[in-house]
Amino acid sequence: MKNLLIRRLLLVIPILFGVSVLSFLLLHLIPGDPARIIAGIGAAPEDVEVIRKEFNLDAPLYVQYISFITGLFNGNLKSINTQDAVIKEIIPRFVNTFQLSLFSIFVSSIIGITFGIIAAVKRNTWIDNLVMGFSLFGISMPIFWLGILLMLVFSLYLNILPPGGKGGFQHIILPGITLGVASAAIVARMTRASMLQVLNQDYIRTALSTGLPKGKVIVKYALKNALIPVVTVVGLQFGYMLGGAVLTESVFGWPGLGRLIVDSIFNRDYPVVQAGILLIAVVFVLVNLGVDLLYAVLDPRIRRR
Amino acid sequence: MRKNKMATLGAFIVIAIVIIGILAPIISPYDPNAQDLYNSLEGPSLKHPFGVDLYGRDILSRVIWGARISLSISFTAVLLSGMLGIMLGAIAGYFGGIIDEIIMRIFDMLLSFPDILLAIAIVAILGPGKLNLILALTIYSLPQFARITRGSVISEKNNEYVDAARLMGENDISILFRYILPNCISPIIVQGTMRMATAILVISGLGFLGLGIQPPTPEWGTDLSVARTYLRVAPHMGIFPGLAIFITVMGFNFFGDGLNDALNPRLKDR
Repeated sequence: MKNLLIRRLLLVIPILFGVSVLSFLLLHLIPGDPARIIAGIGAAPEDVEVIRKEFNLDAPLYVQYISFITGLFNGNLKSINTQDAVIKEIIPRFVNTFQLSLFSIFVSSIIGITFGIIAAVKRNTWIDNLVMGFSLFGISMPIFWLGILLMLVFSLYLNILPPGGKGGFQHIILPGITLGVASAAIVARMTRASMLQVLNQDYIRTALSTGLPKGKVIVKYALKNALIPVVTVVGLQFGYMLGGAVLTESVFGWPGLGRLIVDSIFNRDYPVVQAGILLIAVVFVLVNLGVDLLYAVLDPRIRRR
Repeated sequence: MRKNKMATLGAFIVIAIVIIGILAPIISPYDPNAQDLYNSLEGPSLKHPFGVDLYGRDILSRVIWGARISLSISFTAVLLSGMLGIMLGAIAGYFGGIIDEIIMRIFDMLLSFPDILLAIAIVAILGPGKLNLILALTIYSLPQFARITRGSVISEKNNEYVDAARLMGENDISILFRYILPNCISPIIVQGTMRMATAILVISGLGFLGLGIQPPTPEWGTDLSVARTYLRVAPHMGIFPGLAIFITVMGFNFFGDGLNDALNPRLKDR
């Protein structure tokens, strides 16, 4: 276990480094002079020079990279729009995205796992077909369209839930469901597949042949093993939500980090874009690492490899 | 049987949408950009079955033209990333070692940007526009193609037919592209179909965020982002472009799912 932990950590470090370099290079990959890009079209040459100085754009790239990373932590990296430290801008927005994703993954795992089990147990019946049909719907649904439809029904026609913004618990329901539908579908498919595999194994047949009630066998013996790969999928989905939340945030005006990144692209506020993208990517990598390790904890067979 | 029906349905949808896209100039009842400000925001009627938008443009015509835009962009991008990804993945898988490490670590990095975020980052660099969108989508799909190809090549390369080819004096490139790759093609085709679905979702997603195809070009996602503002007075604006995305994506997913079962008979029982 310890070896696995060290091996995975060693693998993650170069990826984190690469991701940070990529986010840093964002500004430098744009064709043209970075100072002029930040200053905007038609900026006076003096302004361009001021920006060149302020962002240290004449220094060698590695110096700029180091000051980008240190600036992120000590607050020297500032938003062009608000002049606040970038880290202070992105953290509260990230917390909002995290909240939304957490709510979403919670709801979608409960729904996905429940329906996945039902579909597996009732395999090849109309219930199974219905669940699998719905899951294909869920995967094909454009997130923002689903959001618009939910908003139409629940906010504009029925008027029972707020159409957007952030506030009490009612505000998180619609965006939470919108963000979670695709994941619920994927989790349901995974649960079904994994459950079917376990149900075919000898130890389940043995348990059933001893006369234990089917429900008890499913819950006590099958589920425990069937859920191991599902945990991985749930974890991965949670990571994807952090990046995919931007569409949901846009539909419902949820003040998350994705929305901030997109707004900052329009405002050419590149430090915020770079830092925001970096933060989401780093968390995504760490979530995946966590999932990997959790998998090893849950499944002893992995540990020995 | 059920799966076969779904695959047939998927194929039918895909073919129908492709035909609609190709024939857009002929079958579209109006010019998608023709304005009629007197009838702004009017709901569905006999004259305009899907209603009209803020500028009085016929939504049915815009949805039809939208198919052309979405399909042409996604197809170009999937084709490009498929060719590049297959090549890189095949090389990584066949030669292994340091080449494999370098190629795959770069793709790992690209995959560290979850979901649509990588596409957003690329558009942030390049700016919105059709060509940039194609480039962003190509890079976005590249790692998936490379991974699938690499995996299949690795599992194929130790077969006896490869040794036989080598004994006959074939060189590496010829063995890889003439003998191994043809045997790896089925998972790649499935992946390509599924990537079409994802690409269409990303195109419309970026359009919805204002980072994709720019107005007045008729694009489903871009049109939906305008619709969001007028949902209260003109809900029809928010329905039809979304329905078009949904049906198209579903078509590709059904088709890909069915193809997967047809090409991998071993999976059928799952």
